Amino acid sequence: MAVIPKFVGERIKRREDPRLITGTGMYVDDVRLPGMLSAVVLRSPHAHAKINSIDLSKARALKGVVCVLSGDDLRDKVGPVPCVAPADHVPYHPVLAQGKVRFVGEGVAVAVASSPYIAQDALDLIDVDYDPLDAVVDPEKALEPGAPVLHEEFGNNSVTFASVPNPAVDEAMRKADKIIKARLVNQRLAPIPMEPRGAVARWDGGYKQLTVWSSTQIPHLLRSQLAEMLKVGENRIRVIAPEVGGGFGCKLNVYAEEALVAHLSMTLGKPVKWIERRRENFAGTTHGRDQITYLEVAALKDGTVTAVKAHFVCDMGAYLQLLTPAIPGFSGLMMTGCYKIPALSFDQQMVFTNKMSTDAYRGAGRPEACYIAERVMDMVAAEFGLDPADVRRKNFIPKEAFPAPTAGGLVYDSGDYELSLNKALEIVGYQKVRAEQEAARKQGRYIGIGIASYVEICGIGPSALLPPKLKGGGWESATIRMEPDCKVTVLTGVSPHGQGQETTFAQIVADELGIDIDDVNVVHGDTAVVQYGIGTFGSRGTTVGGPALMMSVGKLQEKMKKIASTMMEVPPDQLIFTNRTVALASDPSKSIPLQQVVDAAYGYKQPIPGVEPGLDATSFYEPQNCTFPFGTHVAVVEVDPETGVVKFLRYVAVDDCGRILSPLLVEGQVHGGIAQGIAQALYEEVVYDESGQLLTATLMDYAVPKAHMLPRYELSATVTPSPVNVLGVKGVGEAGTIGSTPCVVSAVMDALKPFGIRHIDMPLKPEKVWRAIRDAQQKG
Amino acid sequence: MFPASFEYHRASSVKEALAMLQQYGEDGKILAGGHSLIPMMKLRLAQPAHLVDIGGIRQLASIREEGGKVIIGGLVTHHAVERSDVVRAKLGMLSECAAVIGDTQVRNRGTIGGSLAHADPAADYPAAVLALDGEIKIEGTGGSRVVKADDFFIDLMTTAVQPGEVLTEVAFAPVASGAGFTYLKHRQPASGFAMVGVAALLTLDKKGNCDRVRVGITGLGAKPFRAKAVEAALLGKAPAPAIAAAAAHAADGIDPLSDIHASADFRAELARVYTRRALETAAARAKA
Repeated sequence: MAVIPKFVGERIKRREDPRLITGTGMYVDDVRLPGMLSAVVLRSPHAHAKINSIDLSKARALKGVVCVLSGDDLRDKVGPVPCVAPADHVPYHPVLAQGKVRFVGEGVAVAVASSPYIAQDALDLIDVDYDPLDAVVDPEKALEPGAPVLHEEFGNNSVTFASVPNPAVDEAMRKADKIIKARLVNQRLAPIPMEPRGAVARWDGGYKQLTVWSSTQIPHLLRSQLAEMLKVGENRIRVIAPEVGGGFGCKLNVYAEEALVAHLSMTLGKPVKWIERRRENFAGTTHGRDQITYLEVAALKDGTVTAVKAHFVCDMGAYLQLLTPAIPGFSGLMMTGCYKIPALSFDQQMVFTNKMSTDAYRGAGRPEACYIAERVMDMVAAEFGLDPADVRRKNFIPKEAFPAPTAGGLVYDSGDYELSLNKALEIVGYQKVRAEQEAARKQGRYIGIGIASYVEICGIGPSALLPPKLKGGGWESATIRMEPDCKVTVLTGVSPHGQGQETTFAQIVADELGIDIDDVNVVHGDTAVVQYGIGTFGSRGTTVGGPALMMSVGKLQEKMKKIASTMMEVPPDQLIFTNRTVALASDPSKSIPLQQVVDAAYGYKQPIPGVEPGLDATSFYEPQNCTFPFGTHVAVVEVDPETGVVKFLRYVAVDDCGRILSPLLVEGQVHGGIAQGIAQALYEEVVYDESGQLLTATLMDYAVPKAHMLPRYELSATVTPSPVNVLGVKGVGEAGTIGSTPCVVSAVMDALKPFGIRHIDMPLKPEKVWRAIRDAQQKG
Repeated sequence: MFPASFEYHRASSVKEALAMLQQYGEDGKILAGGHSLIPMMKLRLAQPAHLVDIGGIRQLASIREEGGKVIIGGLVTHHAVERSDVVRAKLGMLSECAAVIGDTQVRNRGTIGGSLAHADPAADYPAAVLALDGEIKIEGTGGSRVVKADDFFIDLMTTAVQPGEVLTEVAFAPVASGAGFTYLKHRQPASGFAMVGVAALLTLDKKGNCDRVRVGITGLGAKPFRAKAVEAALLGKAPAPAIAAAAAHAADGIDPLSDIHASADFRAELARVYTRRALETAAARAKA
């Protein structure tokens, strides 16, 4: 019999991909049910307006239309869209606007018809009488007296003000050689999953059973919230997340339309489908970032940073989605980055504006934090004429200091920041590239070298870190079931949508049980099948879901060893799983086929004392800490001073995500992450005009980068296993996004150094760069 | 993305298409590659009651040589123009331009006639067609007429094609041997359209002075245009010392477009820089 190889650590191709690239996967829009109706939502063209009246009569009269409803029809029938994160002002957020609209794209009415074409025709027949109101889109203006108020009941546009003071900061500021001040902007971004959102609901009245297919990252959490919104028992709701074509955080949420289609199906007695169109996705799916940071940095001449003080203005948009006001907290806590900055204080003013809500977007608060920390290092280097690499070395938390408590109150689990910096600089050939830069400058060419050393927070995490109102904590669940034919089913509480746990978890299980990877089937995303789980976000799939799986694997192994021990008459602790057998560790040739053990468990013809029939185990894993992946990215760019165009010459990324289970998948995550981070640095920005109209509502205007706009990636890794979990993993879903943004900005600023330019706000579009050069030349 | 309902008609000849257009009047719209019209219909920004699909008129989909000219049918796709040996040999710039339109999918469906008739101010083809002195044939129920590229583009998305007419082909005289040319564009990062696109062509006399200069610019103003001030500033001169000063006239007299991607003055600067660079490349490629 062929020997079964080991899978963990091997470059295994994603087992999910064949069905995806041959079109045989099933997404929400592929759900087609007999009698299914289509729902289309009428959206507000105004950023801020009073609704005087809505005339639905003509729409209702159209042939083929089944039902047309506005917000008033749903009062007391569907509960509000939930926000579980704490805030001083949590506005009532109806599933369709009631009395007033507060952003372009807010749902105003819904039409249900036999086809989406007819439903769309019906929308054209709805007559809404609006009284437009002044809108406010700039969060700083929204705080000024006399600004239009979105939610009158609060008297102003403040969502919440949070302050983390620290007297040690003032002391450090007094002693500093220099206090560097800056205003940094993390612009608003749209997550743009390839598959927009969508939901199908089917109410089976006879069984009192509601099934909701949704393109979501959190099927169980969605079920809990739907139960509350619809007043239906959780045991009567089944949420299925089929293939989900990307989420990037925007599907870590509960949306009006999910409750809307469920309510419609329950009242109409027929399945109802709603599929988001791209324009709706731009206007009505959560955005990310949108933070302004006013910084004061206390620094010494040798480059040591002794304190950082920050005032944040965070744009929450018009309503609060599931975790909206929780995101900026990560930016504050992680603001000291990889550095032993002893004193930190910050406050955060969160603000309502007439825009779509912000919420988690790949990195969720940490890209902003890393951007701040890395701009600080570059500004200190520029201020004192130091090498930016040396300034980082000077301030790094040394590897001996781990586990390292931080000024933000976290404890970094493990790290070796200098190792990763040195490795990245070695790969790029730092001294050589600096020499080339110097030579190029003499020829009037502007080459820049950018460095970003990042640390982020993953594997969230201990449940106490999550909002008290969230049903479910930071733990994760896993069931493993050895079926009677010796094939294994894994039920995971995480909900992968591109992360590839069908592959990674199969690798783990195959190795642990000595079976083939094809013997393992990983099932997820169906609340009727999978035990309660939390879902996939914050790079937690393998970091929290993996240890949960390991716990269940351990329980199953223990049971099978007990059975085998009886059959083989050896102590259970001397047995191992290898090559589809249970074998003696000291002499694997002494073994029995795994199938015999499984037969004994299921057949149970000879009961084994103290062992129940069957072979499955379920575990819930509560992490004791988060994990803190880190790394260093280095970019070399050339700026065309005549056009402001930035061209990549090199891009080196050294990432440390702890132990690497699946190298190919890790690389894939890093590739995609870097692309999204570069997009923030150079290309992407959600733009609303002053009246609140969304100007970037299509992919013809919102610049998601194409392949030719990205560099060739030179990837490398260091491996510092996490002590937090049994797998030693740290998470890699967001790392690329976090390191790349400040790295690219750093490189462009370095290229512009001869012009005396120290900072330009992102995205560094050609015109901004060109203008900065022109202004500098006119001044100089 | 659900268009309003419409009737679909497929024409098998230009004559039949013209008859249909006459019948449906303002409610009728020609469908060629569909790459501009269908997105507008999906957003319901365009709601034609009748679509006249000319995609089946195969004689409009060919490239031929006739009377010393290269004639490209209105239905020839960007990809076919890019790959045509005849176009490469005799109208190299048009092939170069076609190769950088949109992306592969667009180039496989989009047509030269559709692009020219739609006259998006940021479309690539018009710059090259202007620089190559293309002649556009328009057919109507009353017969056909030929319009010079210079007279074809009238205003924002407005051309010499009248309602009820069909753009059937574009004719070009082959580029003189020894001519230097290129098409250079600054892409709008999201759409790939030209934020500014410059088609430059020049030929040199025996002394090495420019005896023919053509510069077509797209993306800058409401309509594509020939930068005649640039051409005049170069004519009769040796290119190397004169190009920079000539290119400085690229935006003369133009009211540049302004949007979230580029302000008017940045577009004007791009036009000057890209004109200089395009002329430099053309000059380097030209043989006396």
